[in-house]
Amino acid sequence: MKIVIIDYGAGNLRSVYKAVGKLGYEPKITHVPDDILSADAVILPGVGAGGDTMMALERLGLVTPVKNYVAKNSPFMGICIGMQVLLTGTEEGGWHECLDIIRGRVIRLPEGQKIPHMGWNQVKQKTVHPIFTGIPDNANFYFVHSYYANPEDKKLIAGETEYGVSFPSVIIKDNLVATQFHPEKSGELGLKIYDNFIKLMVEPHRQKLATAGNK
Amino acid sequence: MLTKRIIPCLDVKGGRVVKGVKFRDHRDAGDPVELAAFYNEQGADELVFYDITASSDRRNIMLDVVKRTADQVFIPLTVGGGLRTVDDMRAMLEAGADKVSINTAAVLDPSLITRGAERFGSQCIVLGMDAQRIPGEDPPRWDVHTHTGADGGVSAGKDAVAWAIQAVELGAGEIVVNSIDSDGTQAGYDLELLRIISGAVSVPVVASGGAGEMEDLYEALVLGKADAVLAASIFHYGIYSIKSVKNYLANKGIPMRM
Repeated sequence: MKIVIIDYGAGNLRSVYKAVGKLGYEPKITHVPDDILSADAVILPGVGAGGDTMMALERLGLVTPVKNYVAKNSPFMGICIGMQVLLTGTEEGGWHECLDIIRGRVIRLPEGQKIPHMGWNQVKQKTVHPIFTGIPDNANFYFVHSYYANPEDKKLIAGETEYGVSFPSVIIKDNLVATQFHPEKSGELGLKIYDNFIKLMVEPHRQKLATAGNK
Repeated sequence: MLTKRIIPCLDVKGGRVVKGVKFRDHRDAGDPVELAAFYNEQGADELVFYDITASSDRRNIMLDVVKRTADQVFIPLTVGGGLRTVDDMRAMLEAGADKVSINTAAVLDPSLITRGAERFGSQCIVLGMDAQRIPGEDPPRWDVHTHTGADGGVSAGKDAVAWAIQAVELGAGEIVVNSIDSDGTQAGYDLELLRIISGAVSVPVVASGGAGEMEDLYEALVLGKADAVLAASIFHYGIYSIKSVKNYLANKGIPMRM
């Protein structure tokens, strides 16, 4: 299985690599477009600012490959900033256009509590989905962020978290999963999210493609 | 609701944990990686490594410790001690640390906070602050100290509250408030200092120095309005397990990740 972690010169690649490695897989860290387009699964990690991340993706020529990869409904996972850049644009540091794979804006958490939102908080599951297999409702995951993704289509919100506002902490659109929290920093349940993604989304998708190919 | 964090702090010297760690089971109490894994199993919300090595080869030893820990422990890890430059920070973050804590170097050159925050994001940059109450002052005031490895260090001639506010303006994403008066006494955190700093800054504040009883942690979170508590002795000496502390706090109504 070819699992690709996109390397755009920032982010927390090593932790994501180690977390997926811990599950027995050997992901490839790369910024080569062909690697992305030929992958069985792509993970876009991230810490930092959305605008910087978009600039890096543009500089590396990865905007079109990522869009094309997602457009063919291939399994994709975005983490934190890797979630936020999927939206139309972000308000962080002035308006920056993003990938527009999911229509909506990335906006700042409301004033009135400590920012960044840093620490463990609960994810309320809004839908039944394989990604939540073995994960109790309202389980705690580790967050570090000041902005959040606010999609126009509320049906895409699979998990919500309270922090001055109820914000989308998990977005799912077909074979795309995005989390505002960091599964690679969320202990056993975080690893379980990656495991569910690979075993229950990537693997079935591969089998489906293989079956279709044999016909 | 955001839970309050319980953070064990490990002092590391020459790649080994010091401060007389004592456990009931048969773990090698001196190996930082094993201890990190142990605390992770117990439910620690984060880990802090503080490098107190004085020798010049410190960096590589610590980098190796961080790498090996990040390979197997999947909770946030902060590394501090002797970080002087943006390159020092980068090396720790690349090795697998999630945050870096700076103290003396930030006092000597506050622009280090800004340069670190611009490069890695504010969420990576923790300001560690050692503060000592100035006797006889009313309202109370606290002095920032540097080089606190021995004898309480030296006064930096900075007001602790003003320094906290300035550090956040410069880009610090979290502040660890360590009371020199309370550190190691196990007589409780300096609640007044915590409350004033927590009310003065917009970023999370971590209480450090002085935990002896579980009630001390409770008071730091409720009266001191801290977002997290950092403790060394009570966990290392096995006085309380992280689990028992969390149960105690949860029973008193503090949101905890169990």
